[in-house]
Amino acid sequence: MVKVTYIQPDGSETTVDAAAGESVMQVALNNNIAGIIAECGGSMACATCHVYVAEDWLGKTGSRSESEEDMLDCAASEMKETSRLSCQITLTEAHDGLRVHVPEEQV
Amino acid sequence: MTTAHIVIVGAGQGGLQAAVSLRQEGHSGPITLIGAEQHLPYQRPPLSKDYLKTGEADALRLRPQSFFDDQNITLLLGCKVTQIDRAAQRVVHENGTLGYDHLILATGTRNLRPPIPGLDRALDLRTLDDAGALRKAMTEAQSVAIIGGGFIGLEFAAVARGLGLEVTVAEAALRLMARVVSQAMSERFLAMHRDMGTTVLLGAPVTEVTDTGIVLASGETVSADLVVLAAGVRPNSELAAEAGLETENGVRTDAQLLTSDPMISALGDCAAFPDPATGLLVRLESVQAATDHARLIARRLAKKTPDSYAAVPWFWSNQGDSKLQIAGFAIPEHDEVSREDGAVLRFAGEVLSAVETVNDPRTHMMARKLLASGAPPTRDKLKSQGYQVSST
Repeated sequence: MVKVTYIQPDGSETTVDAAAGESVMQVALNNNIAGIIAECGGSMACATCHVYVAEDWLGKTGSRSESEEDMLDCAASEMKETSRLSCQITLTEAHDGLRVHVPEEQV
Repeated sequence: MTTAHIVIVGAGQGGLQAAVSLRQEGHSGPITLIGAEQHLPYQRPPLSKDYLKTGEADALRLRPQSFFDDQNITLLLGCKVTQIDRAAQRVVHENGTLGYDHLILATGTRNLRPPIPGLDRALDLRTLDDAGALRKAMTEAQSVAIIGGGFIGLEFAAVARGLGLEVTVAEAALRLMARVVSQAMSERFLAMHRDMGTTVLLGAPVTEVTDTGIVLASGETVSADLVVLAAGVRPNSELAAEAGLETENGVRTDAQLLTSDPMISALGDCAAFPDPATGLLVRLESVQAATDHARLIARRLAKKTPDSYAAVPWFWSNQGDSKLQIAGFAIPEHDEVSREDGAVLRFAGEVLSAVETVNDPRTHMMARKLLASGAPPTRDKLKSQGYQVSST
């Protein structure tokens, strides 16, 4: 079991249980986390599952692919160094305690 | 009207999104989501792509059962709605009746089955069960013939070819994806599929499906162990038509996505709605339209906002290594301008209607923003902003 915490723009936090192998996007949808729309279902076609990974977790969530970066660059909320498409982060046991911030806008 | 009972007919991605968005927008009354299939709502786009390779049905599921329990959304699965009784505001289904305060039709489409002798030998690729059966059949087949060279047929062709099958695509029109992309993009994908080793036959209507393959109008035969039907879809609008709602290539709606009955909305693939760019009635087969429609309807019902639908359409299709993305909506009559970077701009007269790209998400996303920003840009305006707007 892996715990993931989603932090809303207003600071409110929701911590949920996830399984290794699931994506940060899928876990958000399963738990009705506000602000993760995930229109395309993880096909990297829409940039509506944008999250900001908490800085102390950056090294553990891998790096952005070029396509992911291109999509993020045009996402509704500003791309930062910590920006990821949550469909592209697949959870492992090493992610237990992961914290991600949900941006103000997705569309 | 927060205590109103909202019934959604159709548990595909659009119907599901309507239920999700109603709760997110604060609707606290009962919601019932009725689906004809037995499965929890799932994504259809991967059925012709990744699912055929992996067979992972769980990865397609849009929400787990616990989500519906937590959100107090009643799911009636494997349940076919047979009638809408508008006078009594209730739907009749196989196991009884259900009253509604507002009804949302999200009935989607079904495969078009042209009157071709022997077509019952061909497999469909529309539902999860179809895809499961097809996946199984593929393990025993060496060759496959595909009727139709649109998105679904070509996505499937690329997967089948990648798995080593001998693949033939028979398309009745003179070019691939003729209804939805430019001539230039048709040609680009024709070359790509032929490079992959797929036999693509154009202007080749199928006249018969036999035990050994397909027969073309020319009399030519193509032998295949497996025949797949991907010749387009028809909207499921009979339920609405029988209830006396206006239909015209789908369930007709106004700009707020209300049908001719103010107690009934329609969304997604089954809805014919006024295109925000032109005002003309259109019916789009896409995740984007289904989910954007659903959000608009949910806001209207939960918050009483009378907004008109204004979203920019977008589409995607993954075929082999080529990811086609379309921002906007063009019809075959629209002009096309091929740019050096591979993007194709479409124009309705002087006005930009769509941008087609391959493996270029940046241009795609910029095009979506461009099309969304007020009045659609003209050739002159684009030119003044440094865009290339004439063919190379």
